[in-house]
Amino acid sequence: MAHDYETGKKVAVKIITILAVITIVEVGFALLGKGYIIEGIEVPVWIMGGVMILFSAVKAYLIIYEFMHMKYEVPGLVKSVLLPMFLLVWGVVAFLYEGSDWNSRRQLIDNKNSEEIANQPQTTGMIYEIKKSDIQ
Amino acid sequence: MSVDTLEHKEVGTHHDADGSWDGASRPFKASYGKLMMWYFLLSDAFTFSGFLIAYGALRMSSPSWPVPDFVFSTFPFGGHNMPLVFVTVMTFILLASSFTMVRAVQEGHQENQRGVTFWMVLTVIGGLGFLGCQAWEWNNLIIEENVSYHTNPFGTHVESGTYLAGDDHGINAGDTFEPGDSYLVHKHDGEWHNLKYEVTDGPEAGTIKEQAFGPRAFGALFFCITGFHGFHVFSGVVFLIIILVNVMSGLYEKRRNGYEMVEKIGLYWHFVDLVWVFVFLVFYLL
Repeated sequence: MAHDYETGKKVAVKIITILAVITIVEVGFALLGKGYIIEGIEVPVWIMGGVMILFSAVKAYLIIYEFMHMKYEVPGLVKSVLLPMFLLVWGVVAFLYEGSDWNSRRQLIDNKNSEEIANQPQTTGMIYEIKKSDIQ
Repeated sequence: MSVDTLEHKEVGTHHDADGSWDGASRPFKASYGKLMMWYFLLSDAFTFSGFLIAYGALRMSSPSWPVPDFVFSTFPFGGHNMPLVFVTVMTFILLASSFTMVRAVQEGHQENQRGVTFWMVLTVIGGLGFLGCQAWEWNNLIIEENVSYHTNPFGTHVESGTYLAGDDHGINAGDTFEPGDSYLVHKHDGEWHNLKYEVTDGPEAGTIKEQAFGPRAFGALFFCITGFHGFHVFSGVVFLIIILVNVMSGLYEKRRNGYEMVEKIGLYWHFVDLVWVFVFLVFYLL
């Protein structure tokens, strides 16, 4: 152990306090940003998202490094556990990009579909079929 | 094994005191059990990440998504319009149980059997409390609000309009709404009541429409991901109880590696808390 029993207890209390405060700030910020606490104030979605993700990353760091004692493990262990997680950066970027592409294609189909129906009421075929299957 | 031990004793210098690994030294200065727990948690983290990334991709692919402050705004004993309050309580229960787990591990290092027992009992209570809250939340969503894995009555308006009829849940005929406003389609006696409304702006002004259901994937994603997390909490509680019984029986007092089992279940328990940080982020905060 890198620290003795008494300091360990103090550190645990300190970390849990920080985690609790961050959680309250997160929820408060989520509600504030959407105008629940003060009428009429709204924060842009990307700022909200960025701040939330940042706070969550800090919480994750505190839990892994302090509560799970990653801080006191040898560097090899830390790397072998944490480095593979960076593969997920690709996963998140690629799949969110793909997801938003599906979204724009859905809207494209929807728009095209309403054009066709306005011109030719008898339209059949793929675009019409997709409309029927009720894309949500 | 016995032969091995003898040989190590003869070689002497490189053999570590506890002898958990049969090689000359312990990789990463960690015992076999703790190292493998770390790698299990790594693989589990990938499983959860797979689920959360799927959630992200499907959410991005949908023109609208149920607003969490609207969906999660109920509280037990009849509380309404309390956005995110209940889930904050759940988060605090899990955080508190993480803290008691830290204390249990610390008492384990001190070989204090009574201390470990005390803090582990509190951790089990925290875990059960969290599961109870989740049970209430699921029950409320499924029974009261009729969300299921294939139907999602939480919708979002994409145009302005005026309701032509009211429901018994706070909407009256003549009420207006804006794009982005949330609604819940109610179900009475097994029948859905999608309210009719008249569009008041845009190229379709004047047409009569009815409330559409929200993105279909919402229910399945919510129940799958929070359910998988809840299952982790549940199995964590089961293992906590098994280890608690071993602590109380004095088993670990006799073991060479002392209270290491408490440390291992501690790692798992903090991981469950860690996953909740991200489930909380994507389902409730964003």
